[in-house]
This record gives sequence, C-alpha cells and structure tokens, in this order.
Amino acid sequence: MLLLPALAGLAFLVLPLVGLLVRAPWSTLGTRLAEPQVLEALRLSLVSATLATVLCLLLGVPLAWLLARVPFPGARVVRALVTVPLVLPPVVGGVALLLVLGRRGLVGGWLDSAFGLTLPFTTAGVVLAETFVAMPFLVISVEGALRAADLRFEEAAATLGATRWTIFRRVTLPLVAPGVAAGAILCWARALGEFGATITFAGNFPGRTQTMPLAVYLALETDPQAAIVLSLVLLAVSVVVLAALRDRWVSAS
Amino acid sequence: MSGLDARLVVRRGAFDLDLELAAAPGEVVALLGPNGAGKSTALRALAGLVAMAGGHIRVDGADLRPLPAERRGIGMVFQDYLLFPHLSALDNVAFGPRCQGTGRRDARRIAAEWLDRVGLAGHAASRPRALSGGQAQRVALARALAVRPGLLLLDEPLAALDAHTRLEIRAALRRHLAGFEGAAVLVTHDPLDAMVLADRLVVLERGRLVQRGTPAEVARRPRTDYVARLVGLNLYRGRADGGTVAIEDGAGKLDTVDSLTGDVFLAFAPSAVALYRTRPDGSPRNLWRARVAAIERQGDRVRVQLDGPPFAASADVTPGAVAELGLAEGSLVWAAVKATETHVYPA
Repeated sequence: MLLLPALAGLAFLVLPLVGLLVRAPWSTLGTRLAEPQVLEALRLSLVSATLATVLCLLLGVPLAWLLARVPFPGARVVRALVTVPLVLPPVVGGVALLLVLGRRGLVGGWLDSAFGLTLPFTTAGVVLAETFVAMPFLVISVEGALRAADLRFEEAAATLGATRWTIFRRVTLPLVAPGVAAGAILCWARALGEFGATITFAGNFPGRTQTMPLAVYLALETDPQAAIVLSLVLLAVSVVVLAALRDRWVSAS
Repeated sequence: MSGLDARLVVRRGAFDLDLELAAAPGEVVALLGPNGAGKSTALRALAGLVAMAGGHIRVDGADLRPLPAERRGIGMVFQDYLLFPHLSALDNVAFGPRCQGTGRRDARRIAAEWLDRVGLAGHAASRPRALSGGQAQRVALARALAVRPGLLLLDEPLAALDAHTRLEIRAALRRHLAGFEGAAVLVTHDPLDAMVLADRLVVLERGRLVQRGTPAEVARRPRTDYVARLVGLNLYRGRADGGTVAIEDGAGKLDTVDSLTGDVFLAFAPSAVALYRTRPDGSPRNLWRARVAAIERQGDRVRVQLDGPPFAASADVTPGAVAELGLAEGSLVWAAVKATETHVYPA
C-alpha cells in the first residue's frame, strides 16, 4: 500500500539528477569547464560562500552560545527570529536586505553618507545575502551541540582556575567542534546554492555578483548545455558535502 | 586557623543542607551518607559550583565564599573524572597550571612531573578515552593536585571502578593523600573507602550531620540506623538501668555488662547472635524467640534477618548451621546474645 508512493517519491527525487547526468555534454565537458565565465562564476561562488561561512561562524557561534547558555527573557522569541530566514522565501530576504542596507535603506543610507560604503550590487552584497540565508543553519546546529554538551566539563575547568572566556575557548568550543563543523558545512552548502536573496540584493553582474546558481539560470536561456555543465559542478559539490556529513546523518540511524 | 573551616548552608527547593565541616592540613575527612544526603552538594558548595544561602568557607584563614570557582584554588576530582576528551593526559594535567598563568612549556613540565608521580609517565600523550578507569582516575588526581590546591575535594573517586581495580587504586590514592599537605574532603557512600582513606568521618543524613569521629569510633559506636547498617552492627535505642537496657519500640530487654543509666545505644555484631532450634540448656540470659524474615548469603557466611517481637535483629551463621537448624523464611528459632558481646554507650 505504501510501497508504490514510496518508490514514486524516490524516483521523483532521483530522476532529475539522473537526467542531468544523461544529458550532460560529457565530450566537451573539459573545455566548457575551462571557459573563463564558468571559472569566474565558480571562483566567485567559492569565495563568497566561504566568506559568508566565516561571517556566520564569527556571528553565529556567539549567538548560539547566548541562546544555549544564557537564560534571558524573550529567549524563545529570539530563537524564533533566528530561524525566520530558514522559512522566509529568499527573494523576500533580498528585498528586506535592500530596504535596510540599500543606498536609501535604514542602515545603508548611513553607511553610504558616513563611510561611502555601498553594499547592494557588490561582491560584499553577495556575501551578506548568503550570510543572511545560511546563518540559521549554523546557529541551530551549534546551539544543539552546546545543549548536548556536558556542562560538568566546564565546571571541572572552572575548578582548575579557568575564566569564562578560557573555558569557552579551550573546553566548550573543542567539545562542540563536530557540531560547529557540521553547521559550517551546511552553512557553506546553503550559501553556495543561494539564488533568490543574492539576485535581489546583489544583482547579476558577471565577475562581481554572478555566482554559479545565477550563471546556471542565465545560461539556461542562452546556452542550455552550459547550464547543464554548471549544474553538474554544483551537484558534485553537493555530493561532496553529503559525503563529508555522512557519518553524522546518513549513518545516524 | 589553618586547614578548612566551613559552614555550608545550601537551600534548593525542599532540600536543605546545613553542615559544619573542618579539616586540619594533611587531614582527610570523609563525608559519608546515603544517596541524596547532600554529600555532593556540600562538595560543590566548597568548590564554588553551587550558590550558598549562608555560612562561610575558610581555607588557611582566607575567606573563599565571595570568590567564584576559578579563583578558589581548590582541587577537585570528579566522580567520573571529567577529563577533557580533546586533550592528552599531559595537557589535561597542564590545564590548571596554564590557567594560573604558567607558560606553556613550564606547565607541561609540571604536568609531566605529576603524571610521573602517579605512575603514568608513559601515558602522557594518551587521550582520555584510551585510558582505563584506574588510569583516568590517577590523571584526574594529578590534574587536581597540579594547581597546588589548599584544599582537595574528591567526589566518589572510586565509585566508577570495578572491584579489582578499586583495591589497587584505593591503596594508591591513600599514598597520594598521605603525601598531600593541605586538607582533603572525600565524599563516598562506601564505608570501606571511608575507613581506609579518611582520618575522620562525617556522616550526613538529609542534609544534617548525624555523627562524626574517627573511623574506629564510628565503627564501634554507630548512632543511626544508617551508620549501623554501614558498619554491620545491630543497633537499638533504649533506656539503661544498671546492667539492663529496655529496648525502645519493642518489648524486649537485654542484659549487658556495662552499667549505665539513662538513654543509651546498644550495639552488637550479627556474628554475636547464636541461633537454636530448641530452647538451649543453661539458658543464656539474653534469649528470645524470633521468626526468620529473610536469609541471604554474604560471602562465606549467611545473614539471617530476624523479626520481632521483641525486636528485629541480624544474625550471621555458617551455611552448615542453616542446614542443621533447618532455617527457612517464616521458621521460628531461639536467638541468644551473650551480655559480654553487647556494647552500650550514651545516646
């Protein structure tokens, strides 16, 4: 009774990927990958996703620590707010970013007049858009790891004379390192695939803001073969990410 | 005053702890008590891991109560050791000296010395998960001692070990405690650990002190049912009138050779109880008819629980005697205790 829909579901998930592999122009794959536009988009994607992940780590780990360890009124509301970008359509995120950080935005106007700093339609804008959508993945993962970590190790460190900061740096963080790594990988994968917020907030300028997903979308209209090649690269990256998280998820049962 | 001088008042919901505790430098005090008595809470209050509602903690004259845990300079060995899993044995021990501001190289040298002292020089590079229970315990001890604490706290340091390792580690721990110059407080629920390791016992029940003294005193003169069970004695409260004690909560009277008057405790060992199938000839003075409530093998002896009236008691007999007397749960026997085998002391 359940087998048929289950198989249909599986086919639905797997077939598009198979299609991608079947229709790929394998013979010209090498030369197409070496095309400057492809390389440029790939470089931009890798750089911006990595920068976004670094930003997520710098801001997200302390935020996760705050949520997991410091009881404060409204913690539940804050936790809910943190997860909003998870469910928010990315395009809406892009619009929101534009309203706040755009040239006439609430903060963007000030940045522009005070520092001459413009974020929209720049590579920095790409990084910000990716950070916005990817950070919840990191925060949730790290917060979970912090909650699961045994607090008594921190007590043991305190009896040995460690200050709160030393405890965080030398005990807490190493203990939750697997959670941080998993969160960072997820975060990086999400940033790499980011489309909606990026195109809304940062636009689609080759070499500056045109990341792989944007290039795929654009190529689909002009050169479908190129779109397939670019998609294959993203698929390969996804598979690598999945492999990196294998121990954590696939064998979790 | 040097050493430890503390009064620990901790309130948590329905539980409340109020305990005075003192230990001279070089002295080991064991906190003994049933589960939930507040032993670990007392230790955590000393370490600064639990907020105190009142009282004081002085170590070598310095008031520690206002200080947070990291500034108390107290070494603590936790029940399951809590060695940092991501650090080697050496770095675990070096952690404390590092936090005290010692340079990396010096901290490692100090740590290596301590590992050597606990006989684990060869395991410096091992991760905690690669260590056996006994080795982990020794690393935990080295880690606590490496901060040169004025007070050493040990929370059930032997509870996580199997019986064989326990014997060995207990002897090693005794040696290290003897070499420690500060005061030490040990929490345990095992009377043997307490007797072997401690100079003085403090028995805690429901957050209150019920008895204190040297192991020999406590073992000889238990003052609560818990302590009596711990040291394996039959204990009764009663009123003495010369050589006779009228047992409280029972109809019985026991003759003794101690002549006290007033409220007393009366204790005798289960091995002092003789059992007979029929009323023995010559009638020893402390003789009563009892019903067997339970029979339980303990090593090479058999513990027989006797029901009242006139009072409940435990008797230790040989397996041979059980067969000879035809003992079974519910059977009736004659029980006797010589007056010279009883021990009476003021309540």
